[in-house]
Amino acid sequence: MTATTAASPKGRRGGARRRRSAGPLFVAPFMALFLLLFLAPLGYAAYLSLFQERLIGGTAFVGLDNYVRALGDPQLIHGVVRVALFFVIQVPLMLLLALLFALALDSGLLRFAKVIRLGIFVPYAVPSVVAALMWGYLYGPDFGPFAQLSHDLHLPAPAFLSDGWMLGSLSNIVTWEFVGYNMIILYAALRTIPEELYEAAAMDGAGAWRIAWSIKLPALRPALMLTLLFSVIGSFQLFNEPKLLMSIAPDVISSSYTANLYAYTLAFTGQQVNYAATVSFLLGLVIVIVSYAVLLTANRRRTS
Amino acid sequence: MPRITSSSTPGPFSMSRRGFLATTGALSLGVTLTACGGSGSGGSTASSKPVSQADIDKAMKTPTELTFWTWVPNIDKEVALFEKKYPAVKVKVVNAGQGTPQYTKLRTALKANSGAPDMVQIEYQAIPTFTITDSLLDLRPYGASALKSTFVDWTWGQVTGSGGQIWAIPQDTGPMGMLYRKDIFDKHGIEVPTTWDEFAAAARKLHKADPDVYLTNLAANQVAAWHGLLWQAGAKPYALSGKSDITIGVDDAVSQKLGDYWGGLAKEGVIGVEPDFTDSWYAALNKGKYATWLTAAWGPVFLSGSAKATAGKWRAAPLPQWDAAKPSSGNWGGSTTAVIRSTKNPIQAAVFAQFLNTDPASAKMFATEQFFFPATKALLTEADFVSDAPAFYGGQKVNQVFADISSTVNSSFQWPPFLDQAATDWTETVGKSLADKTNTVRALGSWQSRLTTYAKTQGFTVHSA
Repeated sequence: MTATTAASPKGRRGGARRRRSAGPLFVAPFMALFLLLFLAPLGYAAYLSLFQERLIGGTAFVGLDNYVRALGDPQLIHGVVRVALFFVIQVPLMLLLALLFALALDSGLLRFAKVIRLGIFVPYAVPSVVAALMWGYLYGPDFGPFAQLSHDLHLPAPAFLSDGWMLGSLSNIVTWEFVGYNMIILYAALRTIPEELYEAAAMDGAGAWRIAWSIKLPALRPALMLTLLFSVIGSFQLFNEPKLLMSIAPDVISSSYTANLYAYTLAFTGQQVNYAATVSFLLGLVIVIVSYAVLLTANRRRTS
Repeated sequence: MPRITSSSTPGPFSMSRRGFLATTGALSLGVTLTACGGSGSGGSTASSKPVSQADIDKAMKTPTELTFWTWVPNIDKEVALFEKKYPAVKVKVVNAGQGTPQYTKLRTALKANSGAPDMVQIEYQAIPTFTITDSLLDLRPYGASALKSTFVDWTWGQVTGSGGQIWAIPQDTGPMGMLYRKDIFDKHGIEVPTTWDEFAAAARKLHKADPDVYLTNLAANQVAAWHGLLWQAGAKPYALSGKSDITIGVDDAVSQKLGDYWGGLAKEGVIGVEPDFTDSWYAALNKGKYATWLTAAWGPVFLSGSAKATAGKWRAAPLPQWDAAKPSSGNWGGSTTAVIRSTKNPIQAAVFAQFLNTDPASAKMFATEQFFFPATKALLTEADFVSDAPAFYGGQKVNQVFADISSTVNSSFQWPPFLDQAATDWTETVGKSLADKTNTVRALGSWQSRLTTYAKTQGFTVHSA
């Protein structure tokens, strides 16, 4: 041992040097893109958020004024509260459905499993713009199929696009779009569970439900966390669906219906790019906090 | 094409029709760039010395390439006429989007000081949005002043700045009138209403006679129609004086009269308030849910393509009036051709903008190829044009109806330099009150206060009317 080390101190040092220089090289492409596409825009947005640009009077440095304004801005607060509510209602429902479908597919008891799997996944492949337009037609209060059906049955048409139902109608669209996506993640995680575990469980006399509860669910925990985090981000950044339904329900979906929509309106309608940057930044902060809270609760539950 | 949407929704639903094109529409423009984007300098005065005819002749013989942003379909035909007359000048046509998307791109290019075109299509209501940033070229030095009598008076008012500058040349227009279903009127014994009082009475009578039918639909997302009706009523909701003083009066007496009237009808439930240019709205027109459409001069061609099931049943008439003795109308839609101030070839660009819309062959082509409603006096009195009698309207001379309306459009209506914001705020206050059947007059107050706050944030000195 000593002999070998002593024998080639030079070579060793050379190899180490090569290794030291190789590391950064490998990381460089990632770091370059990360800097260019992620940190730079983020930094630029932060920089923008410290200024105010006016149609009359030009640009002025205003420090944290925009943040002070945003924290007391009822339109922003309502938008964030609304997406938080959306998150609380829609995400558990969607993940539960995705979980049920994944377990059912994995159980091997379904006929036409491939067809069903594809069928559930297909909505995810439909662009959300198309999906929202399609659902907009289905929800139509006069000539949509549901309205027509209730008209034929002499019932009042369901008011899918009214103030009270809108969040539910949006949840339905988003659930329809993303159940398949989450199902595939969970299903893939289920496929990685080694056969031996099932064999051992069967030896111990466990039935299908017991296996699902004691083996599959615990094994799914990381995948579930992943889908949950994606859903936090997706919910708080809700944009496409309300933006598109806006044209058919302008009295219900305002330009600040969700926080993201509000930032968009500020930038492209109000020409308040700086304030829009502030709002986006704060929204990002909210997402980080909520994601962290979700992770923390999940971890605590595991350790306890 | 009527850009359908009120707020900034990029609303491509339905836009594919020929007639639709026309520009027109609604609002959706974007508001401006920021003040610092517009290359300072006091603009118009500096360059208002006339350019000599010799300089113009020389420039038009110099090989030049110009870029023209427009969303007019098949405009190559008109451009070819120009290139034939001035073979040295080549025009590259670019479709950079329709309405708002184009304005957004234009603003970005102007701010970056690169990539902006030489000429650009701009809707009337968007002109102040670009003049406030000094982005347009005053066309007076290039002979535009002489064109005043060529165009219908009110269109010239729309392209003229507060200092007399001529910011653009009118391309097409959308004076507002009323298309109505003769068969439905006849069935229920309703006379064509000529005043708004008669219109309200007809609305009540019709809905009572047939609860599935409404006299009209005032779309709760269509601020362009609201502006047109304000315009007809003689309102002056916006007035910019100087550069930074603005008077906002969207809840003045005239507006309140309008709010009271339409809010009342909506509340009674005798008119529809659904968003327009949606699937549901098209279906409603085809199925006879609405007996009239208060629309603009591009409406007849558009409707004949979108409500084919109702061919032969429609007729056209002027809008009902507030004062039958003094008929008036407003405008909804239409476009202009403007020259961007940063162009390196101002002479060629200005000559192009003028040629495109005043050369008899080119101007006529807009009416015959694109079915635009003309802005020139000559075309509005041309026998070929006004005697057209489409079967969709039972052989009625629809163009003549709208040509007569065009001469009654009030010529002093002005647009705010932040129309997009006005549109969004309208939809969320006044439009919402119509849809929710709440107090529209009070909603006008919210519109006023939201716009005032916005204008102050943008550095304007705001006066209320």
